[in-house]
Amino acid sequence: MTGVGLGASMVQSMPLFGKEITIEEALTPVDVALKKRMADVALNAARAKGATYADVRIGRYLNQVIATREKQVQNIANSESYGMGVRVVAFGSWGFAATNNLDNDSIARAAEMAVAIAKGNAKLLTEPVQLAPQQGFGEVTWKTPLEINAFEVPIPDKVELLLGVNNEALKGGAKYVNSNLFMVNEQKYFASTDGSYIDQDIQRIWPTFTVTGIDPAGGKFETRNALSSPMGMGFEYLTPKDSEKIKGGPVTMYKKRYDMLEDVREATAHVAEKLKAKPVDPGKYDLVLDPTHLFLTIHESVGHPTELDRVLGYEANYAGTSFLTLDKWESKQFNFGSKAVNVIADKTEPGSLGAVGYDDEGVKCGNWDIIKDGILVNYQTIRDQAHILGLKASQACCYADSWQSIQFQRMPNVSLAPGKIPLSAAEMVKNVEKGIYMFGRNSYSIDQQRYNFQFSAQLAYEIKDGQIGGMLKDASYQSNTQEFWNSCTQLCDQNDYRLGGTFADGKGQPGQVSAVSHGSATTRFNGVNVINTGRKLG
Amino acid sequence: MAILSKEEAQAILKKVLSYSKADSCELSLSGSDGGNIRYARNAVSTAGQISVMDLAVSATFGKKTGVATINEFDDASLQKVVKRAEELAMLAPENPEFMPLLGPQTFQESATYNAKTAAITPDTRAEMVGKSLQVSKAANLEAAGFLENSTRFNAIMNSKGLFAYNKGTDVSFSVTVRNQAGTGSGYIEQGFNELDKMDTLTLSKIAAAKATGSAAAKAIEPGKYTVILEPLAASDMLGNMFRGFDARSADEGRSFMSKKGGGTRLGEQLFSENVNIYSDPMNPEIPSATWTGDGLPVKRTQWVENGVVKNLAYSRYWAGQKGVEPVPFSRSIVLEGGTQSLEDLIKSTEKGILVTRFWYIRSVDPQTLLLTGLTRDGTFYIENGEIKFPVKNFRFNESPVIMLNNVEALGKPVRTGSGMIPPMKIRDFTFTSLSDAV
Repeated sequence: MTGVGLGASMVQSMPLFGKEITIEEALTPVDVALKKRMADVALNAARAKGATYADVRIGRYLNQVIATREKQVQNIANSESYGMGVRVVAFGSWGFAATNNLDNDSIARAAEMAVAIAKGNAKLLTEPVQLAPQQGFGEVTWKTPLEINAFEVPIPDKVELLLGVNNEALKGGAKYVNSNLFMVNEQKYFASTDGSYIDQDIQRIWPTFTVTGIDPAGGKFETRNALSSPMGMGFEYLTPKDSEKIKGGPVTMYKKRYDMLEDVREATAHVAEKLKAKPVDPGKYDLVLDPTHLFLTIHESVGHPTELDRVLGYEANYAGTSFLTLDKWESKQFNFGSKAVNVIADKTEPGSLGAVGYDDEGVKCGNWDIIKDGILVNYQTIRDQAHILGLKASQACCYADSWQSIQFQRMPNVSLAPGKIPLSAAEMVKNVEKGIYMFGRNSYSIDQQRYNFQFSAQLAYEIKDGQIGGMLKDASYQSNTQEFWNSCTQLCDQNDYRLGGTFADGKGQPGQVSAVSHGSATTRFNGVNVINTGRKLG
Repeated sequence: MAILSKEEAQAILKKVLSYSKADSCELSLSGSDGGNIRYARNAVSTAGQISVMDLAVSATFGKKTGVATINEFDDASLQKVVKRAEELAMLAPENPEFMPLLGPQTFQESATYNAKTAAITPDTRAEMVGKSLQVSKAANLEAAGFLENSTRFNAIMNSKGLFAYNKGTDVSFSVTVRNQAGTGSGYIEQGFNELDKMDTLTLSKIAAAKATGSAAAKAIEPGKYTVILEPLAASDMLGNMFRGFDARSADEGRSFMSKKGGGTRLGEQLFSENVNIYSDPMNPEIPSATWTGDGLPVKRTQWVENGVVKNLAYSRYWAGQKGVEPVPFSRSIVLEGGTQSLEDLIKSTEKGILVTRFWYIRSVDPQTLLLTGLTRDGTFYIENGEIKFPVKNFRFNESPVIMLNNVEALGKPVRTGSGMIPPMKIRDFTFTSLSDAV
């Protein structure tokens, strides 16, 4: 693939794709007074055409990607996307239009187009839009707390880190290694007819690698991915710190500081071990799931089914609906999981991907219970859904992945509360007779109503009579969401709590991505069905 | 502005190239103009119109390459983007895999453009969705769907004199129809280059019939079954396999196409003898561009013949390493079949499962291409050549490679996504558990 092709495909795998700019330009935000003037042009034009509500998002989205394999850099790219989206309620219906031409005439035309689309949609309306009340905040700001702005770290330093990672893998005997660094900066300005003018500067970072080992004689290959997490942090995430490591188990685990060189050395040894690992005997096992793995199970089996738009049917043609129907919530006794299971939705946790000050419809962020002592108590909502649950305010779950995308309900951080009794992962393992200890995300699949799932891990270790044994291969667990969460018996304490997450959770038509974190401590699930996925080709 | 003619695109690219000071320069210009409408709970939820154009500049000094992109087209912006690509090239380390640019090439004229599709307006889309809603409302069912169309162009030019241009249109529609009790669900999706082929009324009726027909499904034991895969279900399995027809990953020992002891499985009998797969961008049912992003002409290529792997895709770099000609891949894939319809395949089945669609397919083991996923939106039990009753959805764990070794019969291919895929009868397909999802 040539430079253009590779560059384009790498950048397109990022949340946004836009024009290339220098770092110096990128780091200078657009003047806030100018943004306010532009926003007012749109709000006034929308109101003049009959909008009863309007909001404006002026977005400047910056990405940087560095991609390497073995001893070479495959791609370095900076990109920018800048423009405005206008959303209105008019004639009881939603309308939306976007433009990257930010002169006053174009802005006014976009606002007028949004009203015209709302008018067109109103003909097919069944129920007028009902917005939960929202106070205006005036002119306010919010920034991701950072120690080191990743966009200010010189490119050669980042290249040196990634090639250093590759070198460690090759030195350790890996045949192939890819390493990548993704950085995102969303400079978002929100204004609405409620009287809010909200300027936010959000940063995210994701370092990752894949180490591949080959056994040519046996015709086998194995990989191990990084156990890092994408974070809502700056480059400080890549500054190793002993106090942010958990050692003593079969794998070093990282909290809010990641040691990429150490992890790749371990990964290289793991790949060699994976090539010789014993196939799993299918059957029931007690699973001990590390947060590097469990986050995705939480995302798929708790995060998605509690999205209210899915519950109501708005995602029926794509992502699906949900088994957590309103009657289960209304009963106040739907037994989602065991009493040990407490799940919290949150948009404020420092370092998380979902942390912002305000959502994309100007609602201040907070946190709330979704599962309390095993019972379903709440969902994730935005302003036009709050009344359905009898809520007086939105839960601030509105997000759009670009100025040109329509904001809609997206998942906040959805995290499993750690146990209250002091317990380390090592202590948890000691009480397991027949189990498997899993780290890292691998294959994941779940049905469209979120009942039946199958997951596998980067690393699976046998646990026998309280001792961690050798590595197992071809181990996937299959379960039903409610059954699985009811088999949750024990959670490690706050000291073991870590965030996992994803940069690109997909939803909607046309598709949009969002970044979200899921925290947990190491957690035990009893008697889960494990299958062997090994096959032979002729 | 977003859709440029060949001459307009050529003029912009020539101008951009004139700003380049690099040893070599490659440009890619693309634009699209289109819209969409989304509906759920039998009412329109969102609608939009989007027009975008982007230019990517790849500048190279020696073997050091930098890439920059821009979406503004005044002279100052064009000069700036070239300069940025050149600055990035200076910062980049040498890329040992850099390939010298191709000179002028000859390309076949594609048939991807349709004027009627290009003329679709928001009103056309609303009318097409209106027909779909008529079906669901009349039958007291609930529809959620999405209709999208676009006109797009792509052009490339490089400092060695290569130029290529392509313009195309597409319109795609999908709808999920569910019964009010939430116990039955049906789905259909279809895409075409030509608007006239798109019939949202008939398609919605098929989805509605499935929603009604799949209600009150019975649970049957998971296990190995003969399955009849509708083309959509078959296509989703095979899409995951086609991506593995890559020579480099096979040579590197990390693909199901890798041979034990080294090398690839090119020339080996990997599938049943009745499996024949080719790609052809000039196939009138599934036209696509006749050139790749780096300017290689795309022609008809036989990938599998009577079950034997005849070709793997070689990038220009990897072809150079292996001393062979480059072989580009194409999205216009045809899996050849016979003349039998889906109904014929059902009639010839003593006992089996009819699968409308698969969902959430993910790779479990890249070594064997084992995939997992679930059936969705209409799964039925067949006995003595007839559909007897709807069954609950299954999770499967199966490899498309193993599946294509167990082919009982292939029906008549139909356009599915960007390919022509037949309905298939496959023996010993592995379902591993049941799902309560509807």
